[in-house]
Amino acid sequence: MAKTLVWVEHDNASVKDATLAVVTAAAQLGEVHLLVAGSGCGAVATAAAQIAGVGKVHVADDAAYANALAENVAPLIAQLMADHDAFLAPATTTGKNIAPRVAALLDVMQISDILSVEGPKTFTRPIYAGNAIATVESSDAKLVITVRGTAFAKADSTGGSGTVEAVSGPGAAGTSTFVGSEIAKSERPELTSAKIIVSGGRALKDAETFAAMITPLADKLGAAIGASRAAVDAGYVPNDYQVGQTGKIVAPEVYVAVGISGAIQHLAGMKDSKTIIAINKDEDAPIFQVADIGLVADLFNAVPELTGKL
Amino acid sequence: MKALVCVKRVIDYNVKPRVKSDGTGVDLANVKMSMNPFDEIAVEEAIRLKEKGVVTEIVAVSVGPAKAQETLRTALAMGADRAVLVQVGDADEVEPLAVAKIVKGVAEEEAASLIITGKQAIDDDSNQVGQMVAALMGRPQGTFANEVTVEGDSVVVKREIDGGLETVKLALPAVVTTDLRLNEPRYASLPNIMKAKSKPLATKAPADYGVDIAPRLKTLKVSEPPVRSAGIKVADVDALVAKLKEMGVA
Repeated sequence: MAKTLVWVEHDNASVKDATLAVVTAAAQLGEVHLLVAGSGCGAVATAAAQIAGVGKVHVADDAAYANALAENVAPLIAQLMADHDAFLAPATTTGKNIAPRVAALLDVMQISDILSVEGPKTFTRPIYAGNAIATVESSDAKLVITVRGTAFAKADSTGGSGTVEAVSGPGAAGTSTFVGSEIAKSERPELTSAKIIVSGGRALKDAETFAAMITPLADKLGAAIGASRAAVDAGYVPNDYQVGQTGKIVAPEVYVAVGISGAIQHLAGMKDSKTIIAINKDEDAPIFQVADIGLVADLFNAVPELTGKL
Repeated sequence: MKALVCVKRVIDYNVKPRVKSDGTGVDLANVKMSMNPFDEIAVEEAIRLKEKGVVTEIVAVSVGPAKAQETLRTALAMGADRAVLVQVGDADEVEPLAVAKIVKGVAEEEAASLIITGKQAIDDDSNQVGQMVAALMGRPQGTFANEVTVEGDSVVVKREIDGGLETVKLALPAVVTTDLRLNEPRYASLPNIMKAKSKPLATKAPADYGVDIAPRLKTLKVSEPPVRSAGIKVADVDALVAKLKEMGVA
């Protein structure tokens, strides 16, 4: 049976949800081992061992791994891959940063952003911004994979009884240093794990109007806030709000698209949402071709009215 | 210092790709092709660094068919100084790992200090080449760059990450991959397009760098994504509220 190694995404305190979908994908390939790399990450390892279906949890606790610098963690993973057949990471910015570096060290062609496991070496993945789905089979001895979180059910975060084992790697490569980060603090649910998302498009005119229209509605629904690339490019909201092929891929229970026309690139990021609701004054907007519930109306009247009636 | 920018010829951003009916791929016959948008940002960033006096020469490289010359000419028209086409057959699809090995060869030959490329190509959406080049060269990487500042022997890269931004400092030589907000690429002016025609463009082969481009992945089939059908339209906000209540959302 194949042995897999899953990258655990964490903030040194808890396991990020993105990891749980990867565990589900890995379980379809074989035995699931985890790697918790960080500094002072013992609590994360204990929590990770509780994830249902997990075997061994490798913990690399070293200052060099504190900020998941790819230069430092990739050699550690490559070393652990001597005893594993597949490395899987979530297709988050962290996973996408690290996995190709591991693949190159192992001389393996990575399979990015998988949507399903079709066989021991066969997977589906989106190409052309999700306008086509490719089924690919690897001929490499080992596999390096990133997993689209919205395509796999999340494994239970409890019920498992993995064994924690300390490992050490080559440590710091000495070519890169972490300077700092600016993480937007928000009371809102995270975009990629929210049950409800309210997204705004270019029709919202400017940053003030975006906030005045979208924020109260999102507050009422307890929703995360997203935006189209057009709204981000126009400077209404920061880039990490962007939903789309080049932004975040989301699949909430309910996606409310306000003043979004539905460009290919945006649809690629949200069309797997369970229910799509669109509010747009242009009845021919492409967003209505994918929306479950459409309201043809001027958003500047409809959104405040909707917010008021909820 | 010398900057190497990697560019790829891909289907134009505004064209909707059509899956071939035999399921072997996407139909690219008579389709408009352009430079990968993220690579345009890479070229622009190199030019800005040259305008600041940090970069002295910009070499553009592409791995692709003969027609990728057009993409390199675009890079030259924008402001790159020289170009290298590592030419493959029209039907060859070179995977990121092989591209990275070729780029490593070119970067070493050119003794480039900074290698800049788009974070991903909009055709295969792999998001791998930059990271792989960095790994193969044993050099650091600044992926998904939002801001690039060269400080002496280092480059400081502000990166787009889930939930915000992160800043890393990398020892040169280093690899940078570009994200959308890094800059807004310029359009090449007509005089510059004319001038680009006489800029040097060397043609090489993967074998010149000792790289085997045989694919590791076999594409078994390419299919249309599941189609989502349109639902209903509601008449007014009250009807929408009723629907939301039905769904238990409100």
